[in-house]
Formats: sequence, structure tokens, C-alpha cells
Amino acid sequence: MWRIVHQFGSPPWVYRFCERVIPWLLPITFTALVIGSLWGLLYAPTDYKQGDSYRIIYIHVPAAVVALAGYYVMAAAGLVSLVWKIKLADTAMRAAAPIGAAYTAIALITGAIWGKPTWGAWWVWDARITSMLILLFLYLGVIALFEAYENKAIAARACAVLSLVGTVNIPIIYKSVDWWYSLHQPASIKFTGPSAIDASMLYPLLGMIITFYALFAVLMMINLRDLLLDDHRSSAWLKKQLEA
Amino acid sequence: MHPKRKQRLIIVGLMVALSSATVGLIVYALSGNINLFYAPAEIAAGEAPLDRSIRVGGMVVDGSVSRASDRLETRFDVTDYAATVTVTYDGILPDLFAEGEGIVATGVLGADGVVVASEVLAKHDENYMPPEVAAALEQSNKVDNQ
Repeated sequence: MWRIVHQFGSPPWVYRFCERVIPWLLPITFTALVIGSLWGLLYAPTDYKQGDSYRIIYIHVPAAVVALAGYYVMAAAGLVSLVWKIKLADTAMRAAAPIGAAYTAIALITGAIWGKPTWGAWWVWDARITSMLILLFLYLGVIALFEAYENKAIAARACAVLSLVGTVNIPIIYKSVDWWYSLHQPASIKFTGPSAIDASMLYPLLGMIITFYALFAVLMMINLRDLLLDDHRSSAWLKKQLEA
Repeated sequence: MHPKRKQRLIIVGLMVALSSATVGLIVYALSGNINLFYAPAEIAAGEAPLDRSIRVGGMVVDGSVSRASDRLETRFDVTDYAATVTVTYDGILPDLFAEGEGIVATGVLGADGVVVASEVLAKHDENYMPPEVAAALEQSNKVDNQ
């Protein structure tokens, strides 16, 4: 069991793993993205109140869900980096940050586009939207903090501390609509009890959420591979790998 | 576990716990300010300031919407099922505004207890369903009520 865990700390093994998985996971994810979008945008029924404008849910919710989950991926890498001093964990943390930032930005932008026709406003400073904006700044902060240091070991430690402290925000985002009066509606998909969204609309949504997770995984591997190429450009194992 | 790593794990754990507690206390202290709007019951209890821009949120009472014949001005009651506040608004209402739907209005509460709104936002709920399902649900409700 420990042998398998240790493999994930070995750059050559992870590099080869990424090289092997990307070529088939990327096309599968892309196909799922096309099918899921067509399903949600064309085949799912219109909503009784919002008509067609609710269809942006198929981008908005998956992006937001994975933006939150991606933060835990980054923070977990930060924890491993701080406690076990595994260099590859720093690389994983750096690989996750820009993807999480992009997902958060997509959630905020699609939310604004959705908010204008349904609420009547592009932006409202309610608890959900504001805490989501803080999440974007946390992701951007981790990216900027890493670049701010000349010494990359110190940079990684600072980023790990920032991303771990930032985990406080995740439950706040998730529960904000229940704890305070907000304009944003509460969650439609419920883990306990029946969902508030009809099954014919729920299945394409779940499909898109899984697809966005897969997209996060494949983008993460692409980033990880590229960062490893950069960090180990003078390593013997990489030379051997590229010649093979 | 290696004692050094264990020590680091404890330090990281304490760091996260303490910062969570700090943020938790700040959020708790500010909880009144984080609410986007006042509920009608809070306004009825005199918690909302007069003559200052505030937000009020709740359900539009069925049958309370009346429109002026010569202007855009609309007058309606907002309720949280504990108290009711009258809102007037001179402007274009969002598409989802309807009786029985949630709204959030920004405006000034006058001494007469009427909120003169400068903006009305529709607050939609978390329910999504096809129109046929909604029609079927309404049908079965009617049957139940008879």
C-alpha cells in the first residue's frame, strides 16, 4: 500500500502517468462536454418559470461545484507539502490554482449573465456571490504569491499556508444561502431527500458536473506535466524519457 | 509517524483551526450586516432604520399588486408570513416579478411604514420543472383543495 502512495511522490512516475492518461481522458472529456451541452441546451425541457434562460445552469452549477472541490485539492496538496515536504505536492498545488481560478471566474460570469434576466441585476453583494468573489481572490492570491518569491521553496510554503487558511471560506460559500438572507436561491440538488429539480433536468446536470470534474482532472494532469517538464529540464530521467 | 512530521501536522492543524475560529467569530459578529435584506417582521419590530436606503425581501402577497393608470408606479405588499410591508416602485419590474413570488426591493422606509423602492429584484426559488409538470402539479392541488 505504501509503495503505491510513494509512487505519487515520484516525479518520473507521475510524469509517465500523465503522459499515459491524457491521450485518452482528453477526448473522452471533450466528447462528454459536447454531449452534455447538447443534452442540457437542446433536449432538456424548458423551465415553467424561467423558460430557456435557466439552461445556463448546465455551465454555472458544474463550474461552481468544481471550483469549490478544486480548492480542497489545492489545499490538500498544500498540507502534504507543509507536513511531508514532498516537492511534487508544491507542483500539484501550483497546477490546481489557475484551473480553480478559471472555474470560479466562469461561475461568477455565468451567474452575472443569469442574474440579469432573472433577478434584474448583473451583480448583487449578497453572501453567496461575495464569498465566491473571495474564492477567486484566494486562487489569484496563491498564483501571485508563488510568483512573488525568488526562492521557490519559501514561495511554496507561503502558498500552502494561504491555501490552507483559505479553506475556511469553502463551507461559508456552501452554507451562505442557508445562514443568511441572500438573493441567491438555495441548492436544488439535495444529498438527503428529493431534489428540487425535475429528474429530466437533473440528469444532464449531474452529467455535466461529472464532466467538469473530469475536465478538472485532465487539465490538472496537463499542468502537472508541463510544470514537471519545466522544473526537471536538466534531470537525467527526463532526458531518458524524452529520448525513449 | 515521524515526530517532526507529527509536530508540523499539529502546527498546521492549529493554524487552520485558529483561523477558522477567527473568521467564524467575525462572521458571527457581522451576521446582521451580511443579511442582504430585512424581513418584513424585522421592519415591523422597528429594527430597520428610517429615511436610509435599506433592502426588504419577502413574498409578494397574492392580490396586493395595484398599478397606477397613468404611470409605471406599482404598489404591492411583501410578507414573510409574520408581518407585511407595503412597497411602491416607479419603474420596470423584472420578468419574474409576480404575486406569490419572492422579491428583494432596495428603497427608503418612510415614517408611514411604506418602502419607496428604487430597485426591485426578483428572488427566484430553487425549484426547476418542465411546464407540463408544473401544470400537472397545479391540477392535482386544485383537486386536493376541492
